[in-house]
Amino acid sequence: MTPAPALLSIERLSRHFGALVAVNAVSLSVAADERRAIIGPNGAGKTTLFNLITGQLPPSAGRIVFDEEPITGLPPHTVARRGISRSFQRTNLFPTLDVLENLRLAAAADGRGSYNVLGFGMARWAAQLERAAEVAEAVGLAGRLGAPAGSLSYGEQRQLEVGVALATSPKLLLLDEPTAGMSPEETERMTRMLERLPRGVTLLIIEHDMDVVSSLADRVTVLHYGEVLTEGSFDEVKADPRVYEVYLGSA
Amino acid sequence: MIFRAAAFAALVIVLAAVPLFAGAYPVKLLEEILIWGIFAMSLDLLMGYAGMVSFGHSAFFGVGGYLAALLLKSAPGAASALLLPALGAGLCALAIGFFSIRVSGVYFIMLTLAFSQMFYAVAFQAAWLGAEDGIVGVPRPIILGADLGRPMSFHLYLVALCALAALVLWRVVRSPFGHVLRGIHENEARMQAVGYPVNRYKLLAFVIAGIIAGVAGSLYTQFVGSITPDAFFWTASGEVLLMVIIGGTGTLGGAALGAAAFILLQSLVSSYTERWMLILGLTFILFVLFAPGGIVGALRGRIGLRA
Repeated sequence: MTPAPALLSIERLSRHFGALVAVNAVSLSVAADERRAIIGPNGAGKTTLFNLITGQLPPSAGRIVFDEEPITGLPPHTVARRGISRSFQRTNLFPTLDVLENLRLAAAADGRGSYNVLGFGMARWAAQLERAAEVAEAVGLAGRLGAPAGSLSYGEQRQLEVGVALATSPKLLLLDEPTAGMSPEETERMTRMLERLPRGVTLLIIEHDMDVVSSLADRVTVLHYGEVLTEGSFDEVKADPRVYEVYLGSA
Repeated sequence: MIFRAAAFAALVIVLAAVPLFAGAYPVKLLEEILIWGIFAMSLDLLMGYAGMVSFGHSAFFGVGGYLAALLLKSAPGAASALLLPALGAGLCALAIGFFSIRVSGVYFIMLTLAFSQMFYAVAFQAAWLGAEDGIVGVPRPIILGADLGRPMSFHLYLVALCALAALVLWRVVRSPFGHVLRGIHENEARMQAVGYPVNRYKLLAFVIAGIIAGVAGSLYTQFVGSITPDAFFWTASGEVLLMVIIGGTGTLGGAALGAAAFILLQSLVSSYTERWMLILGLTFILFVLFAPGGIVGALRGRIGLRA
């Protein structure tokens, strides 16, 4: 039996900012349906890695293959339409639009029907609204559909942040610290919500909270100074003395 | 919804009937307002919905105006009066937009301004466009057998086209495409991140606005019977921008109201003093300070109306 091909495979990916090497020859392979956490101290290059995968930043070197197609250097909208969606560390919503419209815009982002300039024959509209309502349910915002995104509480905005990424129906979902700045109760709720996501969505998640990582991730990759320090199951990584060192020793 | 449709229909009927009870000068003012209203609504599509502040919208007004002047002199029909000026302005918008939408904010403002001033420079110097005197003696067209040289026919034609422009733009801003524009206005980076090639939508909005501005320019030529390089000048872009801001961005109706307020103020104040620009400037400052939502925003605040 041959192993299933990786959904996402990153080969020796690098990104320099002047003299600073934010991501240095990172290789990473994520299988379909896997839930992978990326951990590492601040400045380890985790968010930069996400920006490289989704096309927000062009890499200085290396290759990214998604679903057996190279996506290195493609613009963000093209990467998104190939099936990679992301949430942001700093909430990045449509503040004056309501929750339903935030999600519907994302659900409609495949572009079909979006050049309908005069609004006649809106066949796809209903399906988009349905998808938006379904995602609102999944992220626990079904009761807030009419509220402008900017009026939601911080925790709700984080839920919507994940919802907007999820509404595009991605194959691979990148979550950049979904629990950042949350209270313990909000973190708990977000973790339960992420656990309930369908298994068909492959998950790559940057997270600092080890409880969240242990309950969500199948495997963990540790980044340090832009390089992969180690990779393994949560318990393997937890038992690795070098991981303790980068979190505690160097601080 | 039904109330709004009825109010719109009633407004159109009243505007159409004005020449029956008003003198020549008020009718002339109203017609000017209708034309600038179309122009201002087209800019509001960019400013108020897509979040693109263009300071060169006069380019399309001028192209529409000059094309109509050139064409109507040889063939005074619907193609010369409407179709070809709209097409020409749309093509110019495609070309200017192709370069301008790559930047945003102040750079977009400067680039659109620079393009419109290039058109001004060409019109000012080209002998075949009458150089600084422009093109005079442009006849009004005959469309579907109606001789628009007759004042009442021309008035109804203007009212109908202004209503049509308002309806088309109203459909556009509420269409799926219009919703994409609002998303871009709110958060362009996120729209890109979820999968929208935002530049294509911005370019299409720019072209639609350019086409409608071109129609307004063509109507202006037909209204005055001539066109001069001033139609391209940056002050024309500035005036239409003021109209949109005074009326209230992102409301369409506000843009038309702003055009009315601007033109009425201009005519009222200029009959007392030469310094009407000073009064206009003060009015604008007061609006920006005390009613940043424009006339429509202020009205909504007063009577609790919602969009």
